[in-house]
Amino acid sequence: MVAKEKSGAEIMLDTLVKNKVDICWGYPGGAILPFYDTMFHYSDKIKHILVRHEQAAAHAAEGYAKATGKVGVAIATSGPGATNLITGITDAKMDSVPILAITGQVPTSAIGTDAFQECDTYGLSIPITKYNALLKSADDVARVTQEALTVALSGRPGPALIDFPKDVQTAISKNTEPKELRLHPRHYQKPPLKGDIDRLADMINRASAPLLYVGGGAITGNAAAQIKILAEKANIPVVCTLMGLGAFPGNHKLSLGMLGMHGTAYANKAIMECDFLLALGARFDDRVALDAGSFAAKAVKAMIDIDPAEVNKRVGVDIWVSGDLNDALAELNFRVKAQPRTPWIERITTLKKDNPLRYYMGRGDIKPQYVIEKLWEKTRGQAIISTDVGQHQMWAAQYYTFNEPRQWLTSGGLGTMGFGFPAAIGAKLGRPDRDSIVITGDGSFQMNMQELATARMYNIPVKILLFNNGFLGMVRQWQELFYNNRFSQSDMDYNPDFVKITSGYDIPAMRITRADEIEVGLDFLVNTEDVVLLEVAIPQKEKVYPMIASGQKYETMKDYDEPEEGETPYMVIPNRELK
Amino acid sequence: MRHVLSVLVNNSAGVLSHVSGLFTRRSYNIDSLSVGETADPGKSIITLVVSEDEAMVRQIEKQLYKLVDVLEIRDLTGEDALKRELVLVTVKAEPARRSEILTLIDVFKATVVDMTESEIMIELVANPRRVTSFIQVFSEFTILEMARTGTIALEFPTARKTRV
Repeated sequence: MVAKEKSGAEIMLDTLVKNKVDICWGYPGGAILPFYDTMFHYSDKIKHILVRHEQAAAHAAEGYAKATGKVGVAIATSGPGATNLITGITDAKMDSVPILAITGQVPTSAIGTDAFQECDTYGLSIPITKYNALLKSADDVARVTQEALTVALSGRPGPALIDFPKDVQTAISKNTEPKELRLHPRHYQKPPLKGDIDRLADMINRASAPLLYVGGGAITGNAAAQIKILAEKANIPVVCTLMGLGAFPGNHKLSLGMLGMHGTAYANKAIMECDFLLALGARFDDRVALDAGSFAAKAVKAMIDIDPAEVNKRVGVDIWVSGDLNDALAELNFRVKAQPRTPWIERITTLKKDNPLRYYMGRGDIKPQYVIEKLWEKTRGQAIISTDVGQHQMWAAQYYTFNEPRQWLTSGGLGTMGFGFPAAIGAKLGRPDRDSIVITGDGSFQMNMQELATARMYNIPVKILLFNNGFLGMVRQWQELFYNNRFSQSDMDYNPDFVKITSGYDIPAMRITRADEIEVGLDFLVNTEDVVLLEVAIPQKEKVYPMIASGQKYETMKDYDEPEEGETPYMVIPNRELK
Repeated sequence: MRHVLSVLVNNSAGVLSHVSGLFTRRSYNIDSLSVGETADPGKSIITLVVSEDEAMVRQIEKQLYKLVDVLEIRDLTGEDALKRELVLVTVKAEPARRSEILTLIDVFKATVVDMTESEIMIELVANPRRVTSFIQVFSEFTILEMARTGTIALEFPTARKTRV
């Protein structure tokens, strides 16, 4: 029997369908037109969301991937289409997000001639992908597509890119099935556990003040359940990184919330006091181990990570296990002894009691921290929260309590302004049962505001909570603290009227400016069953605390700001439950 | 310390960019890189000489292993492997200095590959240290042109026997 021949585009789309890809985000253009033409016939199998800027396609794919654990697919044309994806792909590399970028390319005969809309997408994507390929023959399409999807999801996940020349999209091949992947088994097999788990368990059993330091790897590794078992069985308090929020329930009595530059004071003090620190899918990055040499100086350090290259990269560890976090923890939990550790648990309770998160109210203006707390209450802590980057991101991390994985979508490694809104669109399409809320700022929102059209066009009911202080707030904070109040280019004078802009897209919007409007505003945001925007005016001077400046020791942490005249402190009870 | 890493890779179009890009991106110090096919035309060996401490070399190995086209990495730094480099040098050699130069060529067991009335082109295949000292000695004459390969290395079969 003669095998059925198919075009390169058909083979790729069939391979995607076989891998259960049923949605993608993209933007057409010259060099990807044959692919889009073929996709026309796949509309019942793969839904395509037309974004308004390719960067948003990549971030939406990330939001989808982060919220569901599946591969997010972004499509763009050659040249500017491909370069516009670069930020999103880099973001996915830094935060280990499985996405697949498919880019059009000029025909193979034109490659290297500086053809119209040609760029070296393969070369550009080398340092920012886990896997990339330039297809030169339709015979390779099935294999390469399968390899890209496999590598993106395996081990420590990450982005893949396939550059797809126009003539290869239409070329015919008999190789319609992904046979014989040219991958070393380590790229698709679960890595074996390496390291001495018996010794690690013994060290935990002997530690008097241990701490779990949980990062994004705990979420990508689906290890939340095993972490909870370990913490509860051995009575070990837990700190989460920005990326790890949700891997351990924030309302759990053993949770200390986030650590690091803007971590809770009690988490950071626990880091200074602990005698044993176990990193679980966390990489001692410079926003956590700000001064690598003095980080958790009293602690014996241990690490479990799927990526052996993270071991001893920034901070040396005394013992490590490499492999699947879930498997390693299952082995470890079996060996760890149950014990009360009463003095240490009491010490943690004292730290929480004495060093709560705090902000000030009483002047009638709106404090973002309070708004986020109220949002948490009104959404029953169930919403999927995406953020952009800046002060609002840190307040969201601090004041919305995350109790489950894949509920918190933020750009941690790359710190990409413009991530939040498209990510929230991707998340909503991946998990339509949940509220998808983007918490953003006036600076960040303007980086991908054009996606209001996408949300409207497909009626994707994303909720936008926009904090407007007329400034690049985090830049302003650093300029106030470290640059003697020289607010160089951080003043967002001539911000648009966000309500009018949003209304221009036929999306309901409201602006609030006074504390007594918060209730009404949040009800409008939470109860409107449509794409919706709530703009909240907040004071320019409001800062994110606690704070440890970059590169500094934990001992230098500033816990909180001083109140303005007429303000009274509002302390946040750690691990609070919903009323 | 100089480490010699022998990296077996798929012989694909982008593999060299992936490997060299890793070194720039992570600011690893690389002394030389040479690449050539193995007996299997589908695979190449990239021999890297890096000047980094032991911990950094282990980090480099782990980062290299993350690249899809990297199949195997062997540290061939020690005495269990033969290292070789090739250098081609053309030196100025007026008749008055010619015999002096020819004596040195003999001392180094180098080979004269071409000669004019005023120039000599010399070839030397040797371990990296001898190649370096050869170049130092000949820099006393006027070196007109020079090309040097990176190190290549191969484990001695006797060493492999004991390892396995």
